[in-house]
Amino acid sequence: MYIINHRSLFFWITGIILAAALGAILTYGLPLGIDFTGGSLMQVSYKEGRPAIATVQEKLSVLSLGTVSVREVGQDALSIRTRTQTPEEHEAILSALSAGTSVTELSYTSVGPALGSQFATKALWAIGAVILVIVLYIAFAFRHVSRPVPGWGYGLTVVAMLAIDIIVPTGFYAAYCHFTGAEVDSLFIVALLSLLGYCVNDVIVIFDRIREHLAKNDRMNIKESFEETIGKSISETMTRSINTALTVVLALLALIYLGAEATRNFALVMLVGVAAGTFSSIARSAPLLIPIAKWFNK
Amino acid sequence: MTRYRVFAAIALVAGFLLTYFVWATEANPLSSYRFKLGLDLAGGTELVYKADMSQTAAADRADALSALQGVIERRVNLFGVAEPLVQTEEASALYGTTEDRLIVDLPGVTNIKAAVDALGQTPTLDFRLATTTTVGTSTTVGYAPTGLTGRFLSGATLGFGSGATAGIASPEVILNFDSDGAKLFEKITSEHVGERLAIFLDGQPISEPTIQEAIPGGQATITGRFTATEARDLVRNLNFGALPVPITLESSSAVGPTLGATAISAGVTAGLIGFAIVALFMIAWYRLPGLVASLALVEYLAFMLAVIKAIPVTLTASGIAGLIISVGMAVDANVLIFERTKEELRDGKTPREAVHIGFARAWTAIRDGHLTMIISGVILFWLGTSIVQGFALVFVLGVLASFVSAVSLSRVFLLAIVPEHKEGVWKFLMGSGNRNA
Repeated sequence: MYIINHRSLFFWITGIILAAALGAILTYGLPLGIDFTGGSLMQVSYKEGRPAIATVQEKLSVLSLGTVSVREVGQDALSIRTRTQTPEEHEAILSALSAGTSVTELSYTSVGPALGSQFATKALWAIGAVILVIVLYIAFAFRHVSRPVPGWGYGLTVVAMLAIDIIVPTGFYAAYCHFTGAEVDSLFIVALLSLLGYCVNDVIVIFDRIREHLAKNDRMNIKESFEETIGKSISETMTRSINTALTVVLALLALIYLGAEATRNFALVMLVGVAAGTFSSIARSAPLLIPIAKWFNK
Repeated sequence: MTRYRVFAAIALVAGFLLTYFVWATEANPLSSYRFKLGLDLAGGTELVYKADMSQTAAADRADALSALQGVIERRVNLFGVAEPLVQTEEASALYGTTEDRLIVDLPGVTNIKAAVDALGQTPTLDFRLATTTTVGTSTTVGYAPTGLTGRFLSGATLGFGSGATAGIASPEVILNFDSDGAKLFEKITSEHVGERLAIFLDGQPISEPTIQEAIPGGQATITGRFTATEARDLVRNLNFGALPVPITLESSSAVGPTLGATAISAGVTAGLIGFAIVALFMIAWYRLPGLVASLALVEYLAFMLAVIKAIPVTLTASGIAGLIISVGMAVDANVLIFERTKEELRDGKTPREAVHIGFARAWTAIRDGHLTMIISGVILFWLGTSIVQGFALVFVLGVLASFVSAVSLSRVFLLAIVPEHKEGVWKFLMGSGNRNA
């Protein structure tokens, strides 16, 4: 089995991708949206052509709102982010913007700073709790598998994998935000959570095959090296991994090209995550069991 | 085989009826089973208020919160919004302090300021006992909450009493308590004769009469400091209910109708085309089983949409994302089964045997995959904020439905048509990729 024999190569590839993702996160940082920091975000569209960003900044400067960031969205819309506005300030901003031109407000969101920081805590708790429960469940589902890796070894492998599966799309999104001005919003968290689900399912299919082979070998007294079992399991499930990834990618492409503006970034993060996740479950998750097995049997 | 054909026929009819239900209820604008769209899709305003419970005894908090909800609901109805929604939320105890929130959804309203102003007219009313502490020469006045608040108010009337200035009637506001409030008021007044009972309106003491004697009958009068107009407005506002505790606006959001409408049409287009491409891929690669799976997926979708309508689940952008991911799961379950079936066929099994074994072998992987996902969905729902919950609810429903559709529907359909032996065209139909079975 190619992947097993050259597993160090695939570990290296993973390492490089992971380093690139971590590098992107550290260099560019993750620009947190108002869901996390609190603040107000409004989107307005101009029927008669949108003014230059500097003009808008100037119009708003008299309102003493502190730092105002203005960004172009789509064909004729602007998105304006400020600190948390009061309803009165919001009215004032709208009337300042519509001076001399006609403006339609597409959306407006305002989050108090306290609520924002709570969302961040909640999101982290949710991700952590989901990962923990997944590990426990896998340890439970694989409890009858004891050699050469005990059930919780599979659980640990999955955590290691999930951590990387989350870091890679996050790194991509950090770079994406840096170049497009997008921000980390609650849909990004939803995307990460969906990815957790997808990647776990993906790797469970392979582990399930390993479990089946181990049981069969035990039953029929077949001697087979762990490497061989894993290699067999990977190649047998490869078509399904690729086909499933392909169908999800097709659906996501439809969402990116035809879907709503609001879900585009979500779909993009999912696309990168599914691609990375599929690679990692085929090329890394099961091969990772081999060094773990060696460690357990030292 | 006859048995499977009967089941398949029943499943087909049921699927057709579900599809008809989804279509007919959507085509009829008066149907109560139309999709409930979240504010991000339908357009509207959401206001989140924080209730300040610092002056409320822990035991009274739940009551105060539900009273709050009732009063705000009455206010919102006054504002003239179709299908408003007022919810309360207690922030999780994970963070040490509990926070009570009030979430007000106003579909179709985009003017946040008007909405905030309308709700902001609701007065906050409570009664506190004034306690004077003297330390040395300085005296400080403290106020102790009595538990008597706006939630015990049944109404207010305008009266004119003899004012301080002889001959000029000064406007008064007469508060009428409900029966519980009347008892509480009597108790407080009987236990604290001689003390001053301060009436707090919107957090400010507006009147501090000294209790002369126990007051039965459940009426209190606020005198002084009003002009006639002020008193009239206050009476009107009090009659729509008074809040037991003060609330402050914590976050708000508004989505214009155009953005929501674009989001829906784009979401539907993407969903349909995405589904068509996935079905085409499945048919091209897995041939007959692929076609069967596509049919099962159509039924799966019809079922999901019917459930979403029947519960009803409010659809938001994140909920639609959850639906799409769960469709992906359903596809995956089918792919797993077909790959397994294909392996058995290659081992020389007959098509029917292969299908039976394929389903049985794929079962453990499907079970573990779906169960981890259901568990994580439940946790997300439990821990998440509203946007994450919208995702989690649809996702969990979708994964449950996928569980059923993959292991039952595809199986019944396949077993209803697959022959005992692979001959002629069946060799091609049961094959996959570029290989025949």
